Amino acid sequence: MSEVAIKNLTLNFGPQHPAAHGVLRLVLEMDGEVVERADPHIGLLHRGTEKLIEYKTYLQAVPYFDRLDYVSPMCQEHAFALAVEKLLEIEVPERGQYIRVLFSEITRILNHIMNLTTYALDVGAMTPLLWGFEERERMMEFYERVSGARLHAAYFRPGGVHQDLPAGLADDIYAFCESYPKFIDDMESLLTENRIFKQRTVDIGVFTAEEAMDWGMTGSTLRASGVPWDLRKSQPYDVYDRMDFDVPVGKTGDCYARYLVRVEEMRQSLRIIRQCLDEMPDGPVITQNHKLTPPRRGEMKHSMEALIHHFKLYTEGYHVPAGETYTAVEAPKGEFGVYLVADGTNRPYRCKIRAPGFAFMQAVEALTKGHMLADVPAVIGSLDIVFGEVDR
Amino acid sequence: MDEALKDLGDYIAAALPQDVNGIHTANGQLEVSVRADAIIKVLTFLRDDSNCLFKVLIDICGVDYPERAERFDVVYALLSMSQNQRVRVKLSVGEDVPVPTATTVYSAAGWFERETWDMYGIYFADHPDLRRILTDYGFEGHPMRKDFPLTGRVEVRYDETQKRVVYDPVKLTQDFRSFDFLSPWEGMNEILPGDEKASADEEEGAEGA
Repeated sequence: MSEVAIKNLTLNFGPQHPAAHGVLRLVLEMDGEVVERADPHIGLLHRGTEKLIEYKTYLQAVPYFDRLDYVSPMCQEHAFALAVEKLLEIEVPERGQYIRVLFSEITRILNHIMNLTTYALDVGAMTPLLWGFEERERMMEFYERVSGARLHAAYFRPGGVHQDLPAGLADDIYAFCESYPKFIDDMESLLTENRIFKQRTVDIGVFTAEEAMDWGMTGSTLRASGVPWDLRKSQPYDVYDRMDFDVPVGKTGDCYARYLVRVEEMRQSLRIIRQCLDEMPDGPVITQNHKLTPPRRGEMKHSMEALIHHFKLYTEGYHVPAGETYTAVEAPKGEFGVYLVADGTNRPYRCKIRAPGFAFMQAVEALTKGHMLADVPAVIGSLDIVFGEVDR
Repeated sequence: MDEALKDLGDYIAAALPQDVNGIHTANGQLEVSVRADAIIKVLTFLRDDSNCLFKVLIDICGVDYPERAERFDVVYALLSMSQNQRVRVKLSVGEDVPVPTATTVYSAAGWFERETWDMYGIYFADHPDLRRILTDYGFEGHPMRKDFPLTGRVEVRYDETQKRVVYDPVKLTQDFRSFDFLSPWEGMNEILPGDEKASADEEEGAEGA
């Protein structure tokens, strides 16, 4: 039989595709079923966050961070708050730090439920999603009770957190910690040893430790490749240095390892949440310097000074001394960093947001090359990509 | 922490005296300013030297200072896991001067440089695929530059008669409002109406605030 030259097929995946986890246009060059080249076109959700922040005061910039990675909002506020605090050289009261760690870990579970269950959906398992979102809603209720919003909380402010925990919330979070491991066990019973799930994920999208570092991987994706690196341990911020928890590390660096690492991270987060609730001291939750944080509303009713502070803070805002800082937190997806350049005025001169998903998205080509088309959603799902933070 | 950082900074400066312009530590962070054409040498040294081992490129970004002769800063954020240190490498570059690409040192640099090109128009020489990344297909201009308006220059809408999306110049129903909240007691440079009546010889003293 004579040889026939077969042209590669160019396949347009997205921009609207349920397995793309958002608006991703992926141009795939296929040789039959095998991916030869993957060219992600991102930016369809670009809103110019960094530019907008340059035109806002430091406090007005906080809500933009909720809207980046919209499944783990508080962790990103955390990075910005820490960056501003570093430039202002202020200390957060201990109770504020505990509340921030507590809610960072709730956020981590929130994010991992979203990721693991939709990931399972991508590779064919529907039930975890239905179970998981019920738990997720319980945690969003905690968000709502503490900040008034289920998603876009704007709760972590430079200087602390906006307000103290309402009465009874600590008990309910504790009760949640008691019941939640049951969900993890149930979910694991559906997925961890599931033949189909393993066939779709084991040995798919493998990164060695060296490759993962070269491609700028951070967070659970890096740990799945066997690098024991967690900013909560190595460069602790707030009260993470007082927390007793383990950092799970994967061995194989494939999609399955990333799944396993995230499942274990949820269990470790529960440990941190319990410790926070047990050890949390009383006291103020935000720095009491009213040049930087607003006075309580009750105070404003009878104190002229408080009223002036309130007015100045919500019009002019505060001035941040000139300087630069790169501050990073261990967000659920990976290292989320804020490079903040202050010029001494009330607005940031430059606020570069380093989103972990941006580096993950870049690595999609390296991870999918030579795999089958059906593995592409598995890889994207396992990388935990949310376009709010990739496109900014 | 600060001591170790200072030592590291001095070590880098001593190892690359030709290429490093200055070492600066502030807020517990190390910043190394380098010559633009030496960036590859510096990054390779920082990645491979056994006292540095900055194996992860965290970020590359631009900063715009339009009033300077070399208006852009390019900032490389590196992380060393074995030393548990971070360093920022910084270079300044003019508008039409290319910066050597770091993709030969770190694979991760590709998209970060594309973003910097897209947002600031800083050209990276020998980059394998320097296309726009975040902005629209066919976008013109570099939106993060300080002289690019916040509202942008074009707006899109679906045109019912032409049955396609059309681009129009941006029309604001209300003028763009940028409030100057800077307190008149600290940092206001504008001259209020009537100030010009103050005699010219007093000008020096009046501007001190």
